[in-house]
Amino acid sequence: MLEIKNLHARIAESGTEIIRGLNLTVKAGEVAAIMGPNGSGKSTLSYILAGRDDYEVTEGDILYNGESILEMDPAERAAKGLFLAFQYPMEIPGVATMEFLKVAMNSQRKARGEEPLKVPDFIKRVKEAAGTLEMDFNMLKRPVNVGFSGGEKKRAEILQMKLLEPKLCVLDETDSGLDIDALKIVSDGVNALRSPDRAIIVITHYQRLLDHIVPDTVHVLYKGQVIKSGDKSLALELEENGYAGIIEEAA
Amino acid sequence: MNMRAEIQRTPAEAAIVDAFGERLSLLPGDGAVMVKRDDAIEQIKAGLPTRRVESWHYTDLRRLLASVPAFDASAEAKPIAALLEGSTLLSIVNGVSAATPSVDGVTFQRLGDKLVDGSYAPALVTYGSDDAVGALNTAFVADGYFVDIEAGTQLEKPIELQNVQAGGQSHVRLPVRVGAGAKATIVERQTGEGAGLASSVSQLLLGDDAEVLWLIVQDQPETATHLAQFKAELGKNAKLTLFVMNAGGKLVRQEVIVKAAGEGADFKLRGVNLLSGESHVDVTMVLDHTVPHTSSTEVVRNVVTGRAKGVFQGRINVHQIAQKTDARMACNTLLLSDDGEFSTKPELEIFADDVACGHGATVTEIDRNHLFYLMARGVDEKTARGLLVRAFLAEVIEELEDETVVEPLEELLSNWFATHG
Repeated sequence: MLEIKNLHARIAESGTEIIRGLNLTVKAGEVAAIMGPNGSGKSTLSYILAGRDDYEVTEGDILYNGESILEMDPAERAAKGLFLAFQYPMEIPGVATMEFLKVAMNSQRKARGEEPLKVPDFIKRVKEAAGTLEMDFNMLKRPVNVGFSGGEKKRAEILQMKLLEPKLCVLDETDSGLDIDALKIVSDGVNALRSPDRAIIVITHYQRLLDHIVPDTVHVLYKGQVIKSGDKSLALELEENGYAGIIEEAA
Repeated sequence: MNMRAEIQRTPAEAAIVDAFGERLSLLPGDGAVMVKRDDAIEQIKAGLPTRRVESWHYTDLRRLLASVPAFDASAEAKPIAALLEGSTLLSIVNGVSAATPSVDGVTFQRLGDKLVDGSYAPALVTYGSDDAVGALNTAFVADGYFVDIEAGTQLEKPIELQNVQAGGQSHVRLPVRVGAGAKATIVERQTGEGAGLASSVSQLLLGDDAEVLWLIVQDQPETATHLAQFKAELGKNAKLTLFVMNAGGKLVRQEVIVKAAGEGADFKLRGVNLLSGESHVDVTMVLDHTVPHTSSTEVVRNVVTGRAKGVFQGRINVHQIAQKTDARMACNTLLLSDDGEFSTKPELEIFADDVACGHGATVTEIDRNHLFYLMARGVDEKTARGLLVRAFLAEVIEELEDETVVEPLEELLSNWFATHG
């Protein structure tokens, strides 16, 4: 489903190279965890996948279902089924959450040539999804993420993911800022989305989240490259010994 | 001997002075009114204000007012539906009022009648020597409505004072007196078609404990010149919310002159200026806190597209005895084109020592992070930008809270975006 080939990317403004020859393949149905120390390029990778123009790809390619997405803007990528759950979801004053959800869902439907959702159907879907995430429906009448706690923002991200039904989900540090109960609810929400035709990339700093969302593969990112891949036991090994051993081994 | 050379009149100044000579016999008013008119035209003869006059620094009226259309008695205009549902509608068509309705607790009078009998003469005062809008209006004012809301009246239906013009010139006045403890919503609608010149002066006198929401909605055609003034004086514990929406006009000056003259008075100004094409829109406020314990907040949001130019001047005078004044002013602008311009000038003149006053101004583009977030959810760039610009403005409108007011205003916003977005 996703194939990243020898990717090199830098910050557009400063020219600082962050991703330095990254290779990664994620198959449909797979849950892949990307781990790595601070500054290894995890968040940058998520932004590049989503199409943020602060970064410039200088070499390599990103293939999604065999098609390069590098020339697509973020909206086109989203319409094709790519979803990034932000580490720091944006607060957007003045845009009501419900309005935002409706515009987003219908924009994607339109891009796929589908009819817009009827209002009652839309509301029903949102209510159902909010219910499973134990979110207060009244909260969704507020502007997007404004006044939400850290945990509420993360739940709102998963809510959007459930409603938009993407094919490739990228979760950037979704566990940060969550207490243990919220972590359970959010993880259950993600697990419910696991399916043979959907891939999920979980970016995390800690093993903790992976107890709840059990990955099929684990990849260690360091200085903009995947330096080691393995199964879920690799995450446990990292938890035990830290990154130092693996970094040394790769050097 | 006066050594100052007579200034060369611009075509617009000459047209105004000539028109006064021609119209004089047609203008309503007794001797006292005529004296006011004469004084006013003398002020115009001395020249329209230029950028060297501080209050006109960003709107050089002498240069910008390139021409003045002749009075056009044959122009046809029709009243439009009221903005708010269930309103009592009073329209002025091409400068002429109509028979007045009857509403419990309210007296309506045609202003023409009050000029003829001279009872309105004392109110024809200009605001200093820079008051070109007041002078032009005083010279030519022929009609309008006088509204008197009795003390204690709680008006359920809004009143809409609608000024519709089709080319030519019109000069109207809208004096409104709101008695103690009365409550009302008033819409001042300024609209029309064609390259007209309109001057309009509203005068609101708010009694003790009175509460008014006043909406000015201006959507003149992009060829029109609109010179307007809103003056208000607030009694004890009176509350005034003034909402101004400018969504049209070629050359627009909206002055807001407010005096918080009774303890406990509260004034709120909320403004939305939608600028497009080659328009020049100026909102200039002068607010006086003259007694202790009064408060005010001003929030003005502007969107500038095309080659439009916008101005907001906000002057707050806190008089020496006006201790415990609380005044906050903010002006935020979204510049959506490289050729657009917006000038903001906040001025605080504070003579009291125990006050809380502040102001802030920003000029920004659309927040790239917000744009990315929306696009990452599949919203295409054009829609995402539209959503963010609307949100920026809707924040100010939604503060009005009342759905029956918010929804029609948001619809106006949508209409504007549909034609200018």
